[in-house]
Formats: sequence, C-alpha cells, structure tokens
Amino acid sequence: MPQHELVLLKNMMQPGYTGTLADYEKTGGYQALRKTLGKIAPADVTATVRKSGLRGRGGAGFPTGVKWGFLPKDYQGPRYLCCNADESEPGTFKDRQLMERDPHQVLEGIVLACYAIGAESAYIYIRGEMVLGSKILERAIGEARVAGYIGRNILGTGVNVDVRIHRGAGAYICGEETALLESLEGKRGLPRVKPPFPATHGLYNKPTVVNNVETLANLPQIINRGAEWFAAIGSPPKSTGTRVFCVSGHVKRPGNYELPMGVTFRELVYEHAGGMRSDKPMKAFIPGGASAPFLTPNHLDVKLDFESVAATGSMLGSGGVTVMEEGTSMVWAALRLIEFFYHESCGKCSPCREGSSWLVQTMRRIVAKRGRMQDLETLSDLCKNIAGRTVCAFGDAEVAPIMSTLQHWRQEYVTLIREAEAANLIRPEAVGKH
Amino acid sequence: MLIDKYKDEISDILSRYPVKRSALLPLLYVAQRDQGYVSEPAMKEIARVLDLTPPQVYETITFYTMFHLKPVGKFHIQVCKSLMCALVGSDTLIAWISAKLGIDPGESTADGLFTLSAVECLAACGTGPMMQINDDYFERLTEEKVDRILADLRTTGTSPLKSGPFMWPDRVPVKGET
Repeated sequence: MPQHELVLLKNMMQPGYTGTLADYEKTGGYQALRKTLGKIAPADVTATVRKSGLRGRGGAGFPTGVKWGFLPKDYQGPRYLCCNADESEPGTFKDRQLMERDPHQVLEGIVLACYAIGAESAYIYIRGEMVLGSKILERAIGEARVAGYIGRNILGTGVNVDVRIHRGAGAYICGEETALLESLEGKRGLPRVKPPFPATHGLYNKPTVVNNVETLANLPQIINRGAEWFAAIGSPPKSTGTRVFCVSGHVKRPGNYELPMGVTFRELVYEHAGGMRSDKPMKAFIPGGASAPFLTPNHLDVKLDFESVAATGSMLGSGGVTVMEEGTSMVWAALRLIEFFYHESCGKCSPCREGSSWLVQTMRRIVAKRGRMQDLETLSDLCKNIAGRTVCAFGDAEVAPIMSTLQHWRQEYVTLIREAEAANLIRPEAVGKH
Repeated sequence: MLIDKYKDEISDILSRYPVKRSALLPLLYVAQRDQGYVSEPAMKEIARVLDLTPPQVYETITFYTMFHLKPVGKFHIQVCKSLMCALVGSDTLIAWISAKLGIDPGESTADGLFTLSAVECLAACGTGPMMQINDDYFERLTEEKVDRILADLRTTGTSPLKSGPFMWPDRVPVKGET
C-alpha cells in the first residue's frame, strides 16, 4: 500500500496519544501560536495561508486566505470567527475524529485564525448530536485557558481570544455558513440571501469568518512548516495539502484515510480501504458527500482534487466517499438520499421545499413499481426547476443524486417502470389523469 | 422555575453571548435535560429570560429535531437510516429493534423505557450501522450487539458498548473486532 505522510492525523496515530494538552505539547503543539502571536503581523499570517493554497475543507473549497482577506480592514467594532463543526453531510465523519482525538490541534488553529482576522471571539458550532465531541472540546478549552493559550492576554502578548462552544440541535442546513449564523443567533437556521456576505455582515451583522474544523486544524502546521511545504503537498497549485477522506459503504475497511490530494479514487478505495467487501465488483461511488453527483467505476482513475473531480461533473465536496457494489439499486440509492434532503430542506425557498416533496413522491412511486414512463420527464423537469433557483446550494445538492443516477443508470428506472406496467399495477385509463 | 434551579448555569450561558437571543438553544437544552422534553411553561419562562415572545421561542424550537415537545422514553434510540448506513444493513437493524421492543419507529414502549426513531445521518458512516441512545453513539452494530446493549440498558441504565472518541481504522486492529 502506498504510504503518505500524515499531517492532521499524525499525532493521534501515535500509540498512547490521548489528545490532552500535555500530549499535544509534546508533539510540538502550540509552537505555532508562540511563533506567531505578537511576532508576525496578522496580515502576514493571512498572506502565508493564502500562499499555502489552503482551501476550505467543508465542501465548497473556497481559498481560506482569500476569505479572510474579504474582511474590512478599517472596521473598528468586533469581528467573529465561527468554526463550522456541524458535520452533517451524509458520508462525512472526519471532523468528528479531528475534534474527539486531537482537540487542541483544532483550538490552536482557531486562535491562529482569530489572530489573523482580528477576532477576539470564536464560536465552535458543533452539531448537537456530537455530545462526546463537545465535552472533549470543552475540556480542552479549559486546559488551554489555564495554560494561557486561550483567554485574555494570551502568552503575555496582549492578544485576547475567547473560544465558546455552541451546540446545534439537529438541522443539516446549519452547516451552510449563513444558516449557521442564524442558528447561532438563536433563530431558525434559514440561509441568508447573499450578498452581503458574512465577511462584512456575519454574526450579529459584524464581520465574520466561518471555517470548517479540518481547515482550521491545518493552520498550526502551515505556520510551523511554512506555506511552501504545504503548497508542495497534493496537486499544486490549486489543490494543496492533504484531505481526510471518509470511506463508507461496501468496502472492506471503511474509515478515515488522510491522503494528499491528487491520489486516485482507485488508490483510496482499493489500497487504503481494502477494496470491495465481497466478490461483487463496484457499481458506483459518491465522491464527496451526499451532495455530490454519483460516479461510475469508469471514474476510478480520477484524481481526488478539486479540479479533477469537478471535471467529471461531480465534486470533491466534503471528501466523503461512499462505495456501492454491483446489485445495489441506484434508484433506491437515489431515493434514500432524496429522502434525506426532503427531511432536511429548511423550507425557505419554494423550489426546494415543494420540489423535494414531489421528488420523494415520484421516486417512491417508481421504487414501489407504481411508476409511469412520464415520471422520468417529471423528475428531470423538477430537478431543472430546483437547481440554481434557491438561496443556498442545497437546491443543487438535492437534485444531484437523481440527475446523476438518471444519467448513468436510466435503464434501471426504465426497468422498474416496465415491471410496473407489466404487472398491470397501474390501470392504463388512470394514466395521465393525475 | 428553571431560573431558580439552574441559576449559575443559566447566567454562565447568558454571559457567553453579546446578544441574548443566542442563548435560546442552550437554554432549551437546559429545559430538556430537566424534564426530558421542553414544556410550554418552560418555553414561556425562557422567552421571559431572553426578552422574546413565546411564539419566537416556539418558531425556533420547531425547526430543530433534537428538541422534544412531548415526553420520550427514558432511552431514546435513534437509528441512522440514511443511505450510507442503509448500504450496510440499517433497515434490517431497525426491523430487529422494532421486533425486540414491539414498537415501530416513532413509538415508545408502554413502560416508557424506550422510544425508537429512524433518523437521518449522524456522521458515523464508516462505522455503520449505528445508533445514538440519548447522548451516546453505538457503532458497528450487529443484532447480537444490539441485544446486549438493550439488556445492559434495562439492567444498569448504561452500556459499556458505547463509542469512545472516534478512531477507525485504528493503526493496530483491535482483537475480536471484525
């Protein structure tokens, strides 16, 4: 199996590493903070991150340093950093490992980001179900506060950063950054219309940066080892660094694998995740969480970087790779995902709120062998009228499973409908009267 | 009154935010911990504490699936039914638990001990099928494992089979783990 250098999972993979402050300090933890606070100008920290090429690990892949640069330079009032720990994208479970196994790595990243953007207050918005993770982070914050890494006058440099944990309460949409802000303000988690962007009008209408857990966890090592070191990992110049890829589904060893971007899906699935769990060959895979369109085994040699996956019409997204073996019904798989999206639609935009309901009904009908040929057109039509017509990216995400399975496995839909017709389950005279 | 019973905790929560309303979700969690669900009097009290109207509290609480407006069983079993878990057998598992407890998803046992829910993704896709019971995750489930967990809960109120901090794959394979 090809071996790659671990960056984010390095500490936790050492035997006996428990993620306490003492453990983290032994591996060089908080050295980046000592090196930076009061010694490197905040603008230079941002420049370093920009140079490293680090892009957001939550799904959208926006360059982190550029995002920080959007904050108004002359604004005098408070600014905020929000750590997006609302990991909810089906197929994704990396942030959970990063927070539960090495919480200080995340915290050091948070303080570094706060320093760079001039924020004195950070909130970790963690998904409500992750009770263990929030307890571990709470304990770590306590340790860091006592040691002087968090709080007022950090390491005697005059820098103040307070870090608070805010638990979500079970809404997928709150991983969308403006919905996260609404939720943090104590409201329903409805995404905001943009512009204005959080960089100018974020939490409490103040300049705000929202960064994913994995994004922030990369910062200590970028500072310690330099932008050039980071920029050389992966597929430079556009996809630098590693990703913690989450593999689920029909493989021998599902789990998290940290690999440099640019390795192929074939290597991830067959080398690291041990290949298919049985003698059935692979039928399909989702490359980047439930929002990413399905791909086929023909795409196995595609590189796991932002551009290569985007070129297939799908996306690298959150790095959640779900593998399905031969024999899995793709119509059923798409139904399971659209059921998820239907459940999680926040209800703000009509195309998504109503459309997801119609999609679920149509898909259920087809899977239950009560479908009609014109349902296929209805599905395409609905998808076209949802994608791109909503306030946030959720609309595009919810149509991805259906559009892509219709594209690659249309015959399966047709077969189900033909079976319905053959079984005479629908009366011809009823067709068209719905 | 919550404010009397949890005075210190509530003032600590309020101190974390420059805007009061941000404390809404944390206070709802306090109320839910106290009673097992969020009652109407609790919502009204929280509204008063945060200078909100009761409808503002109600419109918010109904957006979030983790708050209960009615009592649930002592052990709330939430089994993930999203695609990733379904690929590795969550439907069979839900049916198994359903049969064991004699209830369908969405129902509670007559003794008030268990409530069963089939829920969407809980971010444990690599260790499915999985479920959450109250605050704890239980992963890599089998029917035997579920039986043991249910028996543990009935006898001791907790189960040693709950997940610790996430680690999979571990560098050293754990003996007996398949």
